[in-house]
Amino acid sequence: MRTRTKSRIVGVLGVLVALIAAFIALAWRSAIDPVRPPGSFDRQLVERGAQLEAIGDCNTCHTAPGGRSYAGGRGIRTPFGTVYSTNITPDYATGLGSWSEQAFVRAMREGVDREGRHLYPVFPYDHFNLARDEDLHALYAFLMTRDPVSASAPGNDLMFPLGFRPLLAGWKLVFLHRRQFQEQASQSAEWNRGAYLAEGIGHCGACHTPRNALGAVRRDKPFAGGQAEGWDAPALDASSTAPLSWTRERLIAYLQNVVFPGQGIPAGPMLPVAHNLAIVPDADVKAIATYIASVAGAPFEARERRAADVLARVKRDEESPPSASPPAAQPLDGDDRDSAAAGAQIYAASCALCHGAGRGIGSGNAMHLAQSTSISLPSPTNLIHIIEDGVRPRPGERGRWMPAFRGSFTDAQLGNLLTYLRGEFGPSAPWHDVQRDVRKVRHEGNHE
Amino acid sequence: MIRLQVNGQARDVDVDGATPLLYVLRDHLRLNGPKFGCGLGQCGACTVLLGREPVFSCITPVSVVAGRAVRTVEGLGTSDNPGPMQRAFIEEQAAQCGYCIAGMMMRAQGLLEQNPSPSSMQVRQYMSANLCRCGTHMRILRAIDRAGALMRETGTKGKTT
Repeated sequence: MRTRTKSRIVGVLGVLVALIAAFIALAWRSAIDPVRPPGSFDRQLVERGAQLEAIGDCNTCHTAPGGRSYAGGRGIRTPFGTVYSTNITPDYATGLGSWSEQAFVRAMREGVDREGRHLYPVFPYDHFNLARDEDLHALYAFLMTRDPVSASAPGNDLMFPLGFRPLLAGWKLVFLHRRQFQEQASQSAEWNRGAYLAEGIGHCGACHTPRNALGAVRRDKPFAGGQAEGWDAPALDASSTAPLSWTRERLIAYLQNVVFPGQGIPAGPMLPVAHNLAIVPDADVKAIATYIASVAGAPFEARERRAADVLARVKRDEESPPSASPPAAQPLDGDDRDSAAAGAQIYAASCALCHGAGRGIGSGNAMHLAQSTSISLPSPTNLIHIIEDGVRPRPGERGRWMPAFRGSFTDAQLGNLLTYLRGEFGPSAPWHDVQRDVRKVRHEGNHE
Repeated sequence: MIRLQVNGQARDVDVDGATPLLYVLRDHLRLNGPKFGCGLGQCGACTVLLGREPVFSCITPVSVVAGRAVRTVEGLGTSDNPGPMQRAFIEEQAAQCGYCIAGMMMRAQGLLEQNPSPSSMQVRQYMSANLCRCGTHMRILRAIDRAGALMRETGTKGKTT
């Protein structure tokens, strides 16, 4: 073999070895020794941990439908496949029972488990890394004092080669940065508290901020809208399409599932969030509401005008109720007009009894649909979910009840109803290809 | 004129398309099984099966059911020849005033056709859309269990259509 070729081969091998070494250095994480954590913690610390858990909704992802609390096993669908939540009860063999607090903090801030394996960012450590030491301390105390359950999560079902966890080190190199919460002196203490909770443990942006092709939240577009569990998480920033602005007052009610005139109630993935926030101290909920209300930015003319129009219309309809099937307000062309007419008939028979103005006792005073946020969204996805599943309180609790219409309408009939609702109650831009969203929601198993 | 498929038979009715299916079934087709309870889709007394799914006939305009299979309790069997659901409800004496019962039976029929061996929790969750003011819930639940057993035993869902 010639010397130049040999030295070239050695060179290439050397680079390869260096790359592999660099990759291992990047990806390898040590295991933290197993411990037996203390069985009891200061009671107030555990209570504070309970409140933080409610803000972070750990139980929502870490509990399988019909399963034991915190024992994991819930499949979370992502564009990359399904990830199953792990057991975070203090069971020694299958849960966190062998985890020291150091291991827990590392998982929450760096997305690495006790044994040194990288965790998938569907577990939002890119948000949790904002949490302060004392809050993680309280959360640890809370989790370590739950009932231990012996349960192992099913294996994840991810597209090749994402099952190879060390690849996540590369993802983290680009998308995960050490963070520390910085108070903004120009904002109130309440705003700062809300920002800390919403951006950190509350991880609101994990759903409400769009993600890039590699699944990382786009920090250049905070709260510009995202997706979760087959629903759209609406934009909360200046691009929000909500007919009435989400003021602090409205948010305080909404986030705790308290009925408030002129707005809907939490549905879909927001329902467990609201159930949890109902047990959180008022001051924290108000702080979160203050922060989120500020995300929408200063009021501007077009939005104010639309809100005024909506309120004026609602008032007009309350005072002199229109007929049950008003004609579509927007001029529509050809097919859309026929579709809206068919939809108007469905609205009259199925919806107007409760949602139409002038409805009587027993209708539950359902919201006037001109105020509906789901009708104003860029896609009818959320509205389809609501029509299919209805709205109901948790078993054993009182609350609003809207019938589920699953089974009542064919795809085409539902499409007609959606076209009518958008034309009659929504903003001027019609929805395009409603059938695509109907098929996606109904036939691709995105239902809860 | 709207052509309906009700309990396996084609029936033509001359009504406005916005008429609730419940009224058409009772007033035009003389099928008095489904009842008017609230007219708002909140009580379930009007429940019928549309295809495989239970729906509230009081808030379903007849125009949307044209050509689709509608089933009422009359379609589950007759007094002389009751189907498994009806036998179970009779054997468990699940009716007190009886007003909710037809709706209960139709929703339960829908459940058992889709899930022949539901758990107790699944039955309760599924049936929660139907109310009973007399409080015969426990008998109704036993009747549904019994109907499921009968259907599994005989290998039939008891559909007459």
